[in-house]
Amino acid sequence: MRVSNRTLGNIKLGLSYLVILLGVVFVLFPVVWTFSSSLNPGTSLFSSDMSIIPKEVTLKHYRDLFAETNFGLWYRNTLKVATATSMVTVLLVTFTAHAFSRLKFYGRKVGLVAMLALQLFPGIMNMVANYVLLSLVGLLDTHLGLIIIYASGAIPYNTWLMKGYMDGISRSLEEAAIIDGASSWTIMWKIIFPLVLPMVSVIGIFSFVAPFGDFLFARLVLTTPQNWTLAVGLRDFISGRYGQRYTQFAAGSLLAALPITILYLSLQSLLIGGLTRGSVKG
Amino acid sequence: MDTQRKLMTSNDSNIGRHTSALLSLIYMGAGQIANGQWVKGLFLILVETLVIIPNIPLLLRTLKGLVTLGEVPMQDHSLFMIIYGIIAAFATVFIILIYLLNIRDAYENGYSVERKPKQKGLKATFRHTRESGFPYLILAPGLACILFFTVLPMVFNIILAFTNYDLYHSPPKHILQWVGFKNFVEFLSTSSWSITFKNVLIWTVVWAVLSTLTMYFLGLIMAVILNNPRIKFRKTFRTILILPYAIPGFISILIWKGLLNTNFGIVNKILAGTFGIQPIPWFESVFWTRFACVLVNLWLGFPYSMMLITGILQGLPNDIYEAATVDGASSFQKFRFITVPLVLFAVAPLLIMSFAHNFNNFNIIYLLNDGNPPVFGQQGKAGGSDILISWVYKLTFEALKFNFAAAMSIIIFLLIVGFSIYNYTRTRSFREEDMLR
Repeated sequence: MRVSNRTLGNIKLGLSYLVILLGVVFVLFPVVWTFSSSLNPGTSLFSSDMSIIPKEVTLKHYRDLFAETNFGLWYRNTLKVATATSMVTVLLVTFTAHAFSRLKFYGRKVGLVAMLALQLFPGIMNMVANYVLLSLVGLLDTHLGLIIIYASGAIPYNTWLMKGYMDGISRSLEEAAIIDGASSWTIMWKIIFPLVLPMVSVIGIFSFVAPFGDFLFARLVLTTPQNWTLAVGLRDFISGRYGQRYTQFAAGSLLAALPITILYLSLQSLLIGGLTRGSVKG
Repeated sequence: MDTQRKLMTSNDSNIGRHTSALLSLIYMGAGQIANGQWVKGLFLILVETLVIIPNIPLLLRTLKGLVTLGEVPMQDHSLFMIIYGIIAAFATVFIILIYLLNIRDAYENGYSVERKPKQKGLKATFRHTRESGFPYLILAPGLACILFFTVLPMVFNIILAFTNYDLYHSPPKHILQWVGFKNFVEFLSTSSWSITFKNVLIWTVVWAVLSTLTMYFLGLIMAVILNNPRIKFRKTFRTILILPYAIPGFISILIWKGLLNTNFGIVNKILAGTFGIQPIPWFESVFWTRFACVLVNLWLGFPYSMMLITGILQGLPNDIYEAATVDGASSFQKFRFITVPLVLFAVAPLLIMSFAHNFNNFNIIYLLNDGNPPVFGQQGKAGGSDILISWVYKLTFEALKFNFAAAMSIIIFLLIVGFSIYNYTRTRSFREEDMLR
């Protein structure tokens, strides 16, 4: 009986490893394939010599990316937009969440519900209006316009995330500070802000990453190729007659994904914690 | 005694709360001055005299533009007029709000003067104003952004749904007209449109359910297996498995688009090479495109649910499992009757959030195959894998039927709001059961 139990256990364990193995293959396959494509000497998707293990390895596509295309420029643009978006979002969200979580004011409840409702409205539906609005104030084809759109869109959801986190902080600290005569401004920056730094970094990272993945708004706002972000540029590599510059696209997408992937993997637990805490509360 | 109090309260600047409120109603700031608050009163008077009154004609003109939408083609641009009109409406509401606050302020100060004639010193007033204004001060930048880039576009969108803005009526060449509910009626009652709408709506719901369920199912399996302490290298496996989450989704989708290419894609090559299967028309047949969408979404999405469920599993109380072991439960029974219900309970609200997210998951649908393949007879360029949101995008930027797109986005919004409210009340009652305590 004990023996059969053990063999049963071993079979189960073997099955478990099999499932894990299948999962790993499923996950890694596209990544490995893209990596090997980027090293392949051919240029298009339908080159006959494409295979998982390249017969010949070349770094030509990576060199070409910087030498022959605007890839370097797009990378810089994306970093610029992402950094600015992240900073503006964090600043604005800290302000609004602080007000909603720590302060009493007229219209607080209505404001909170409105934030919740606004967050349900997909950004895509705002595209026409945003376009007209940006053209009115002359911000079309500028990074500033894009940054404002990204940051504004990020406020409602992240305010809720941050507010939930702030609500967990005890009031006694502030009360002590008020007795000591601290102004509201001091309380916000010197007492609350240091305590919510984990959530600040979560929101900062998420809003930094968003511009790397957004194609729609970047495409709408930025028209000059020199102003494009990575997403628009990469899509351009493979649009039109599909597959013509596939290897270049593969190299570019790996370079574009690399910093984000490293960031996510190294901050796994922080990001997951932030996600679950914020969403379960909502 | 009584006369004494009367004497005390009726000294110099005390005129009573009603009078000061009335004064402030007549002219902003007048009541404050009557209450002896000179600085505030003068400031408000200046605001009304220099800012509000001179701008009233402009406000009225702009608001009128919102009603007429312009008169002279090529000179009046209806879209701009709508935007200006909305801003003017915001400004009007804002002015009325300030005016009301001004009256309330005069009333309250008049009241405190009645009770305690001695005014606070100027310095104390400043400090008081600064502290009570603080919430509005820090809310202002964020709210301004939301107002201009989220609320204004929403209102704009709603307005468009009641106009005739399409390819043949586009400003500045034409002046837009108000058409009432015509768009909605036409949209829902013309048979070709309503059939298209029905098809797209059904697929949207099926897609949202399928994509959410598959994603959570695989996530659950992986999380449970990797939670078994007998498995070696669990951390490494987990890190590998969350890789899709860490790659920007946009890039992954484009990569998959290459992998699944019918003629040259590696997936079909492998299937043909190892199993001798005919090339699968991933992007040419409606069924296979939909299948591909679910598959790619599974790849992108299961790491997220795996991470969530791992977190939940690690928080589950151990004693339930021990009790089950004592009662002689097999490990499958433990999984089926303890793990699954507990995880489902904890994950239910998130499941519904994912459903709502996938309902509007534009990126996969649009980037994978542009919502195609085309389907004969469908209106507004709706393809076989289009969901509502990607159809709105196509209506806007490909079919240039801005009015229909706007009408449809209102319908989508109502669907989501209804669903959210329903879900909110459900989870509330769910939580009140207090199963985990």
